[in-house]
Amino acid sequence: MNVVLWGVLPYVMFVVLVGGLIWRYRYDQFGWTTRSSQLYESRLLRIGSPVFHFGLLAVIAGHVFGLFIPQTWTAAAGMSEALYHFNALLVGTIAGVGTLGGIIILLYRRRKTGPVFMATTNNDKLMYIVLVAAIVFGLWTTVASVFTNTHGMTYRDTVSPWFRSLFILQPDVAAMAAAPLAFHIHTLVGMVLFTIWPFTRLVHAFTAPLHYLFRPYIVYRSRDRGASVPARSGWSNVGTHDRDTKKR
Amino acid sequence: MRVMAQMGMVMNLDKCIGCHTCSVTCKQAWTNRAGVEYVWFNNVETRPGQGYPRRYEDQEKWKGGWELNRRGRLQLKAGGRVKKLFGLFANPVQPELKDYYEPWTYDYRTLVDAPLGDDFPVARPKSLITGQDTKITWSANWDDDLGGTTQMGHLDPIVEKVRRESEDAIKLEFEQTFMFYLPRICEHCLNPSCMASCPSGAIYKRVEDGIVLVDQDRCRGWRQCMTGCPYKKIYFNHKTGKAEKCTFCYPRIEVGLPTVCSETCVGRLRYLGLFLYDADAVTAAASVTDPRDLYQAQMDILLDPNDPAVMAAARQQGIAEDWIDAAQKSPVYALAKVYNVALPLHPEYRTMPMVWYIPPLSPVVDLLRDQGHDAEDRDVLFGAIDALRIPVEYLAELFTAGDTDRVTGVLRKLAAMRSYMRGISLGGEADESIPASVGMDGATMYEMYRLMAIAKYSERYVIPKAHAEQAHDLEEMGCSLDFDGGPGMGAMGHSPFGEASGRPTPVAVETFHALQDRQTSDSVAGGDTLRGRVNLLNWDGNGAPAGLFPQRHPTEPPAADADDAVAGASGSGGGS
Repeated sequence: MNVVLWGVLPYVMFVVLVGGLIWRYRYDQFGWTTRSSQLYESRLLRIGSPVFHFGLLAVIAGHVFGLFIPQTWTAAAGMSEALYHFNALLVGTIAGVGTLGGIIILLYRRRKTGPVFMATTNNDKLMYIVLVAAIVFGLWTTVASVFTNTHGMTYRDTVSPWFRSLFILQPDVAAMAAAPLAFHIHTLVGMVLFTIWPFTRLVHAFTAPLHYLFRPYIVYRSRDRGASVPARSGWSNVGTHDRDTKKR
Repeated sequence: MRVMAQMGMVMNLDKCIGCHTCSVTCKQAWTNRAGVEYVWFNNVETRPGQGYPRRYEDQEKWKGGWELNRRGRLQLKAGGRVKKLFGLFANPVQPELKDYYEPWTYDYRTLVDAPLGDDFPVARPKSLITGQDTKITWSANWDDDLGGTTQMGHLDPIVEKVRRESEDAIKLEFEQTFMFYLPRICEHCLNPSCMASCPSGAIYKRVEDGIVLVDQDRCRGWRQCMTGCPYKKIYFNHKTGKAEKCTFCYPRIEVGLPTVCSETCVGRLRYLGLFLYDADAVTAAASVTDPRDLYQAQMDILLDPNDPAVMAAARQQGIAEDWIDAAQKSPVYALAKVYNVALPLHPEYRTMPMVWYIPPLSPVVDLLRDQGHDAEDRDVLFGAIDALRIPVEYLAELFTAGDTDRVTGVLRKLAAMRSYMRGISLGGEADESIPASVGMDGATMYEMYRLMAIAKYSERYVIPKAHAEQAHDLEEMGCSLDFDGGPGMGAMGHSPFGEASGRPTPVAVETFHALQDRQTSDSVAGGDTLRGRVNLLNWDGNGAPAGLFPQRHPTEPPAADADDAVAGASGSGGGS
């Protein structure tokens, strides 16, 4: 069981994630978008979305720091374990609560604003469930570590070595199996999230436009390019399905 | 000098009667789809008025276009690159649907399906966004013909500015004296700020003809272009999550046809043609310090297509001979630079717009006529142009960044043309002092009159075809099946999934050329232009074109084969 969960599943997830991204990039560029709903509603979005996204960036940075950097390195840099955990808890909690608060605002908006709710697909709904679960369980691991002292201390000895071992193709299943339950759940939900990632609107994260900082302002392109782009599904007619089906 | 060609448009506002035919045909052609119900690539505004979307010209609010930073360099008004990226998660200044309008339809089915009753059934308005009953409160031309101007006239950003500057001296009189229509499409700018705003780099300018397009595959829906465009001519398709804009009807332009808006304009007020410009000089021209110099800077980068040096440089850049020829005959170049009567819309946005306008003289003429003056007498008209400060100031805010002398100059030319031509039409001697008073000679003025008053279709629209041999190669043959996962190797006819599989042939190219061929030739059309395939939609029933039936005996001479085929066709027709 442990081998399947921590030795096989991560690689399955990785294959689906990478394969899914490549597939979507090659065959569904037209569907690769943020699917923004700001046109419908702007007021709540302008609060919720930055809080959520910036919180999420901080959360990602925290994960990178916690998972990639071995205990020995921080110790060598003269950072005591207590100081490390105080920092991790403080920053992690702020980032996590921000992310959760942000997505709560966004979900409230999505449910309460008519047009936004109507533009929400089943795919989106599934994605939101997994995303919120990942955030909630992640926050739980952080908060739980405050109350049970051993809890927080352990992930650098269990989860992190396992995570790093995945990259050298020698998964340290035993280390991960020794981690507390909260981490197991959070990791599993996280893997589900990454598995569905390429097939949801979350893909937009993989085309974060950092190259904007470097590209020239004016883009010239010859008519020749793009002429060989294959036909694709394209647009649908006015008189949306949703209205018509509802009536019948 | 890097010579590039640019498709441009000039609209003669004196001729616009505000019928919205251009808007409607454009909508039918391009935006009658889900997600773009609220979108009008072409719209006609009544000025004074708020425009569409409402008050789009208020750049202090919408942050469109460029401005000069402290070092005197061009910068997006909405901020530099880093600032734009920080605003990625929620665009700080994006128009919402309510700034355009909530699109609606009517519940027509009730009219047919309603049960018999005492009351006449009513088709109630339904929102196309929510599908619910809705109350119509605004549209793309709600203030058409000054509707509601007594209440809302002050909301026009230009009225606001002109009033502020004239210290409210003329309150309501102004709207009563003066109204005209302003049709607007994408400006296909030389220095487009939408393109500069796009984080993904999905908006591009075509090297060949300067048409600005959004790559639907690369757009990720960051929506910064909506903010970047000061004319608010980039729209968000809320179903696909992608930006869309006026395409200058490029599939039509490529085969030498005018855009839909031009083709269907009942007033024939639109002109299409090429500009040649110096692409290396654009940034410097857009960066001149005084906004009032922008018009002149824009004129200076337009190159004279008859200048041998320009022609040589154009050839060096690979611009084909027929394109240079078209540039020399270009009506838009003539109106903008030779006669100097067409002006760019809001040059102060520093985007170098390429849709130009001949400002309307008719408000002045109408007023004079109403007051009992001779509205075609030069002196009366000249005097009126100088006296009617408000319309002139309003036009100057639209077209010359507030420089009233330029607008006055153009209006005087138009006025002079009227009186000069009246003199000639009434059989009198041509009064050469009239053109001279506006710095023209009689012959030039007469040419200008011809172009503005009686130019025929082929003179109004001088559109060189995209190189057909090349387009054919690119879109149809070289093409279509070589993409990954496509049926792949080999021509369409040999596709493993049958003849109809693979990418459809682009409609514009095939049917346009086939139609023209069929209409102009005496013999059976379409045989060789269709690469041996027969499109029955283009078949005129005139005999059996080669390829209509497969060859039974490849060794037989084709003529005998065709006879067989005809006999076979009639036989099978009788049998069925």
